[in-house]
Amino acid sequence: MDPKEAKERMKIPRQDMPEQDPGERVRNFYEVAYGYTPEQAVTEARRCIQCKTPLCAAGCPVGIDIPWFVRLIAEGKFVEAAWKLKETNGLPAVCGRVCPQEDQCEKVCVTGKRGKPVSIGRLERFAADYEREHGETAIPEIPRRTGKKVAVIGGGPAGLTVAGDLVKRGHGVTVFEALHTPGGVLVYGIPEFRLPKNIVAAEVEYLRRMGVEMECNAVIGKLETIDELLSGGFDAVFIGTGAGLPYFMNIPGENLVGVYSANEYLTRVNLMRAYEFPEYDTPVIRGRRVVVVGGGNTAMDSARTALRLCPEEVTMIYRRSMEEMPARVEEIHHGAEEGLKFQFLTNPVRFVGDDEGRLKAVECVRMGLGSPDESGRRRPVPAEGSEFCMDCDVAIIAVGNGANPLIPQTTPDLKLTKWNNIVADGETGRTGKKGVFAGGDIVRGGATVILAMGDGRRAANSIHEYLTTGVW
Amino acid sequence: MFEIKEKKKLAHLVTLLRVKAPRIAEKRKAGQFVVLRLNEHGERIPLTIADSDPVEGTITIIVQEVGKTTALLSNKLEGDAILDVVGPLGRPTHIENYGTAVCVGGGIGTAVTYPIGRALKEAGCKVVSVIGSRTKDLLILEDEMRSVSDELFITTDDGSYGHHGFVTNVLEEFIAGKRKIGMVIAVGPVPMMRAVAQVTRPHGILTMVSLNPIMVDGTGMCGSCRVTIAGQNRFVCVDGPEFNGHEVDFNELIRRNRSYLKEERMAMEEFVYHEGARCYERRGD
Ligand SMILES: Cc1cc2nc3c(=O)[nH]c(=O)nc-3n(C[C@H](O)[C@H](O)[C@H](O)COP(=O)(O)OP(=O)(O)OC[C@H]3O[C@@H](n4cnc5c(N)ncnc54)[C@H](O)[C@@H]3O)c2cc1C
Ligand code: SF4
Ligand code: FES
Repeated sequence: MDPKEAKERMKIPRQDMPEQDPGERVRNFYEVAYGYTPEQAVTEARRCIQCKTPLCAAGCPVGIDIPWFVRLIAEGKFVEAAWKLKETNGLPAVCGRVCPQEDQCEKVCVTGKRGKPVSIGRLERFAADYEREHGETAIPEIPRRTGKKVAVIGGGPAGLTVAGDLVKRGHGVTVFEALHTPGGVLVYGIPEFRLPKNIVAAEVEYLRRMGVEMECNAVIGKLETIDELLSGGFDAVFIGTGAGLPYFMNIPGENLVGVYSANEYLTRVNLMRAYEFPEYDTPVIRGRRVVVVGGGNTAMDSARTALRLCPEEVTMIYRRSMEEMPARVEEIHHGAEEGLKFQFLTNPVRFVGDDEGRLKAVECVRMGLGSPDESGRRRPVPAEGSEFCMDCDVAIIAVGNGANPLIPQTTPDLKLTKWNNIVADGETGRTGKKGVFAGGDIVRGGATVILAMGDGRRAANSIHEYLTTGVW
Repeated sequence: MFEIKEKKKLAHLVTLLRVKAPRIAEKRKAGQFVVLRLNEHGERIPLTIADSDPVEGTITIIVQEVGKTTALLSNKLEGDAILDVVGPLGRPTHIENYGTAVCVGGGIGTAVTYPIGRALKEAGCKVVSVIGSRTKDLLILEDEMRSVSDELFITTDDGSYGHHGFVTNVLEEFIAGKRKIGMVIAVGPVPMMRAVAQVTRPHGILTMVSLNPIMVDGTGMCGSCRVTIAGQNRFVCVDGPEFNGHEVDFNELIRRNRSYLKEERMAMEEFVYHEGARCYERRGD
C-alpha cells in the first residue's frame, strides 16, 4: 500500500460498536453489543494498512491471516472473509466475542502505535455473524472415509476444534460430552449476554452436518473408561475435559446457604436458565446484596449475571488492585457501567450465617501489597486489625478451578502434574499413553478459548499423523 | 431419549420406573446413581439406581413425589420418555464380607438399601435388615428386602405394621443383644441417618450412610453437592455418595437441603395450578 493511502487510512477513526444502553441491558440477558453494520465494518476494515509483515497475525494464537480477511471485508466480500477465517479458526463468531484481543492481535497492531488499533475482534465477529445469518455456511467437501475412529472427550472449544479438524480429513469422530449439551464453558459458564447460546448451537450443528457424532450425557470414566474406548473400536482419544473443579477458599461459613461456586451459579443461570424460573425449573437464590470474590473473567461474568437478577447491590471483592485484575478491560468497563461496585485490596476471611444456616454477612480484611511474587505481581498481605463486615445474602466464589478427577481415577497410566492437570506435549498434544492426546484447560489449567482451540488444532494434526503412519 | 418400559406404584406417592438405558444398565454397580432431566425446561435431579437388568438394558429408579420434577416423573406413563439420563455416577458401595452387615432403610431410602443388601449378601455377609416408614402404606420393597436378608425387621412410626417405633430402636436392641456387627449401612431421611450414626458411634461400629444433597451436574463441576466430612469439604457426586456416618456434618446437610424450599413450593403450586389436573386425569387417578 502506498504511504499516502496508508496515511489517509490511518486518519479514519475507530468505529465504535453499538451497544445496549447500560440501564436497559442490566434488566435483560440479551447480548450487550449489537455488532457492526456492514457500513461500519467496511469503514473499520479500511483502517487496516495491510502490513507486509503483519504483527497482528503473529500475535494470534492460531495464526489467522488477519490482513487477508480484513481486506475481504473492506472489499465487501463478507462471506469470503468468514471462510478465510474458518480456514484457521473453527469458531470465529465465538472468538470474535470472547477473545482477549487487547492482549493479542490488537495489542501489536501497528495502527495502535499512534492511534487506536484496528478492531480485529469486532470484524471477526461481524464476518462470522454475516455468514451465519445469511445462511451461507458452506459444508466443506469431506474426503473419502479413512475408516479410522477418534473419541473426543469433552465438547468444549478444545474438543470441538479437534472434532472439526479430523472429520474434515475423513476420520470418524464421536464427541462424548458429560452434560446434556455440547459447548463446555461456552454454554455453562459464559453468559448469554456476552455469548448468545444460539451461536454455540449453530457451531455445534455445523459440526454435526459435517458428520461429527455428538453423544451427550456421556461421562467418560464412568460410562466408559479410556481403555474401554481404545479397545472398543476407537483408534485414538483426545481428552478436552476442561478445568471443571471449582476451588473454594476453605474459610469458615463457606457451606452456608447462599454461598455458591461461580460454576454452580453460572450453570444454574446460564445452562439451566434459572433467570427464567419458574418457567424453567432450576432455581437460584437471587439475593438482595450479592458479593463476588475474585477478579477474573469468571468473577466478572458472575457479577454481571447477578446484576441482571435485580438485587439491590452487587460488589466484587478482589484482593489486589484494579490494575491487576485478570478480567478483560472491556468487561470491567461494562460491569462498572452496569452499576457494579468494587472493593479492591480486600479479602474475605469468614462468612456469617443466621440460625437457619443462611448467609447474612461476610467478614473481610484489607490487604496491602507486598513484594512481587513469581507472577511478577505484588503479593497481597492482610493488614492486621482491618477486619470489617459487609451484609450479603449471596456470595459467589470465583477463585479458580482445578482439574476434574474422573478420568485420571480410571486411567491410572496418565501422567499428572502436581495440580492434577494431564501432562501433554505442547506441540503435539501427546500424553504418555499410546493413542491418547489432551489439550485445553485440562492441560493448561484455566486459560482461554483460543488457547484451547490452538491446542485442539495441533492435537488434531498429530492425531491425523498418528492415524496415517501408525507411529507413536 | 430414555423410554419408560414399566411403571408400578409402590406406595402412596412412591413409584417405581424401569427405564431403557442399556449402557448404564451394563456398567452400574450398587450404590451408584443417575442424574436426569425430564424436558427442555427441566431441572437436573439425582436418583439412585435401585436395580438394573443388563440383558433387557433397563435401570430401575424409585421416585417419591416431593416437588414438581418428581411429580412430573411419577406422572409419566409406560412408553413415555425422559429427555436426559446420565450415569452411572458416584462411587459404587465398597462391598466385602463384613460378617454381619446391618442394612437400615428409612422410607424411600430402602430403594438404595436394597441393591446394597443384595451385593453384601452375594459377598457372603449375613444380612440383617431394618426397614421403616411413617406408616404401613408407605413401606416399600418388603418382599425384595426379605429376599436378600437373613433377618428382616420392620418398623412404623405409628405402629400400624411391624415394630412400633423407629429403625434406631431395633438397631439399639440388636446391638444390646451383643451380636457382633461388621458394618451398618443406613439410607433414608437425613435425621434418620444422623440418629443411626449416633446409635453406633459409642460402639465403634463402622457406619456408612448414603447422602442426598442438592446436585446440578453430578460430575464434580459445580460444588452444589458439597458436604463437610471430618472437617473437609467433599463433593458427594464424585467422592460419595457413601461416607462414614461418624464423620458427616448432618446438620449442615439438612440446612443445605432446605436452600430452595421457598422456590420449590412456588414451582409446585404453579405446577399443580396449571398442569396438575391434566396430569392426574391422564394417569386416571
Ligand atoms: C465464566 C467463564 C468465563 C470465561 N470467559 C472467557 C473469555 O471471555 N475469553 C476466553 O478466551 N476465555 C474465557 N474463559 C476460559 C475459557 O472458557 C476456557 O479456557 C475454555 O473453555 C477451555 O476449553 P476446553 O475445551 O479446554 O474446556 P471446557 O470449555 O471446560 O469444556 C470441557 C467439556 O468437557 C466436559 N467433560 C468434563 N469431564 C468429562 C468427562 N469425564 N466425560 C465427558 N465430558 C466431560 C465438560 O462437561 C465440558 O463440556 C472463561 C471461563 C469461565 C469459566
Ligand atoms: S497489524 Fe493492524 S494494520 Fe497491520 S495488518 Fe494487522 S490489522 Fe492491519
Ligand atoms: S453436583 Fe455439581 S459437583 Fe456434585
